[in-house]
Amino acid sequence: MDVMEKLTVLTDAAKYDVACTSSGTDRKGEKGGLGSAVSGGICHSFAADGRCISLLKVLMSNACAYDCGYCVNRRSNDTPRATFSPRELAELTIQFYRRNYIEGLFLSSAVIKNPDYTCERMLEVLSLVRNEYGFRGYIHVKAIPGADDRLLQALGLLADRMSVNLELPSQESLKLLAPDKPKENILGPMGKIRTGIQENRKDLVRYKHTPRFVPAGQSTQMIIGATPETDYQILTLSAALYKKYDLKRVFYSAYIPVVAGRNLPALHTKPPLLREHRLYQADWLLRFYGFEATELLDEEHQSFNPLIDPKCNWAIHHYGLFPVEVNRAPYEMLLRVPGIGVKSAQKIIKARRAGSLDFEDLGKMRVVLKRAQYFITCRGRAVAGIRMDQEAVLRGLLSDKSMQMLTEQPPEQLSLFEDSTREELQKCLTGQI
Amino acid sequence: MPDRPDIAYLYDGSFPGFFCCVFESFLRKEIPAAILAYEEPQGILYGTRDIETDMEKAKRVMRSIPRKISGEAMGLVRLSFLSCMEERELRILRFLRLGYQIGPRVTGMLTHDAVAPLERAARYVLNEREKYLGFVRFSDYDGALVSVIEPQNNLLPLLKNHFCDRLSGETFLIYDKTHRQALLHQKGQSGILPLDSLDLPDTGREELAFRALWRRFYDTIAVEGRINPKGRMTHMPKRYWNRLTEFQTDAPVQRTLPEEPG
Repeated sequence: MDVMEKLTVLTDAAKYDVACTSSGTDRKGEKGGLGSAVSGGICHSFAADGRCISLLKVLMSNACAYDCGYCVNRRSNDTPRATFSPRELAELTIQFYRRNYIEGLFLSSAVIKNPDYTCERMLEVLSLVRNEYGFRGYIHVKAIPGADDRLLQALGLLADRMSVNLELPSQESLKLLAPDKPKENILGPMGKIRTGIQENRKDLVRYKHTPRFVPAGQSTQMIIGATPETDYQILTLSAALYKKYDLKRVFYSAYIPVVAGRNLPALHTKPPLLREHRLYQADWLLRFYGFEATELLDEEHQSFNPLIDPKCNWAIHHYGLFPVEVNRAPYEMLLRVPGIGVKSAQKIIKARRAGSLDFEDLGKMRVVLKRAQYFITCRGRAVAGIRMDQEAVLRGLLSDKSMQMLTEQPPEQLSLFEDSTREELQKCLTGQI
Repeated sequence: MPDRPDIAYLYDGSFPGFFCCVFESFLRKEIPAAILAYEEPQGILYGTRDIETDMEKAKRVMRSIPRKISGEAMGLVRLSFLSCMEERELRILRFLRLGYQIGPRVTGMLTHDAVAPLERAARYVLNEREKYLGFVRFSDYDGALVSVIEPQNNLLPLLKNHFCDRLSGETFLIYDKTHRQALLHQKGQSGILPLDSLDLPDTGREELAFRALWRRFYDTIAVEGRINPKGRMTHMPKRYWNRLTEFQTDAPVQRTLPEEPG
């Protein structure tokens, strides 16, 4: 098999992994060397599915010894198999990088023979790239559950980010669909990476030249919609992962049925993209907007509203806190106004030091008022002529798409959500909150 | 201070040259109707005055900005000077006049008509720079890397550090076709030079092979169930496409060996 064919098979097998960010590390280049890293990450292209391409995301091998029900690479699936030699993959990474196609390498692998053997081969790729080619770009490596701690440690010293995929949001689902991956095998390495990072941080304070262990932190991903967990369960799990395991990112991957399975949704099921989108929105609110998971959802409301985003949803249910005065509201409160993001909030704080702001000023600074106008006042006044009663607000917040959803029959995808959300929203529209 | 609707300054288009226009404007206590580079098309509504580039004058202005206004103001001036904003020189001049008047507070006045356009232009420049950090595509010609870009803003000065640091050991050239300039880096030395056109040699076999591999990667990585042309277009507007390897096609290469079976 030539490199072109291998690349095809092993890219195809890796594409369902959603993490492709190259963020979290700042590393200068070296005189005469190759590569650097930028903490914000760099997108080098966007694929036809609209997702950022930042790293050469491939599996080292898809010849898997395991048989996980949801996975294309499972042993029992009839699919072409390929394995890169470490040299081939290193060469590909370097040549792509020189041409500025990519920011670095994202290396994952199916389990060849056993976890240790797999890890050793991945380690070989990483040490070729780092030590022989002197590559200083970004490397994200998947920890293989069940591999020896020393191998994990060695990988972590060469990579920027490590991740262990949680795969499914609960223990029951894991048992059902990934019998070869008990929960301990996933949380175990995650805990070790966390401990490794913490110890490394201490060493760095003491000794300046300590090699850095996973400097860009760790991330994980879980599959959404293959199993019955609710948004609330998933979001509280994420919140716990951020807190307990100090994760940098949790990624959500709408389940796309690629294999038929007894315990799986039918093959024609559409991926719950909207649900995934809502989870990312909520995830953002947790990380950058000071929200707690329990503010967005609770025992009684386990699913996100498909028609409006979580922030709008929160604001409508706390309408008593609004409108806020743009010239006086604290930063934290500005951030909670639908339509005002981190950048806009910062601009407002900066500009209002120079003088009080009215709506025209906000326009000049390119603060988008489409949604925000229902929640703010400037110098005590609302936008001229605006209605701020519940119905008007809701209508103003709904996107054209959502409006369509509400008037037409709900598309199949929506059946994932509780029917009550729909009713609730219609009630809202008739002013019954 | 009287405006001078009847006169336009002409300068060499350089950053120091522009500062000499600022100097002139203060010296004569006037605001000209326009500030234009020599190569720009000139209107017929006003007379022109050539402003010579004098490094001494330029330095005086350049030094005074951080001192009398702020470092942040200097950063804003630098970025908006590289932008493609209409009447950028005149707008920057107005901003500086306001800045000298009221001092460091000026960069906080995001809603002032002399400040807001610069803020927007600077943001626009930085956004385009961020795009190009990723969208620059090099081709290897006998070990030297060459890229052609067509940015709207004058980006090379803002891309220089990033690429020279990252590709320190490489010999490379980035040609900005819009502004007819090239960033050249060789043996740890680099500079930006005017360049009217660029002729490229024939593409080698190895280069063609890596392009083909990249295209294959690009086509394979997209998930069929989530095809989203609108999303892609938002992040990567069409105007970048013709310079991106993944959207180009090369003439097929003659294979010297027959394809191996299986």
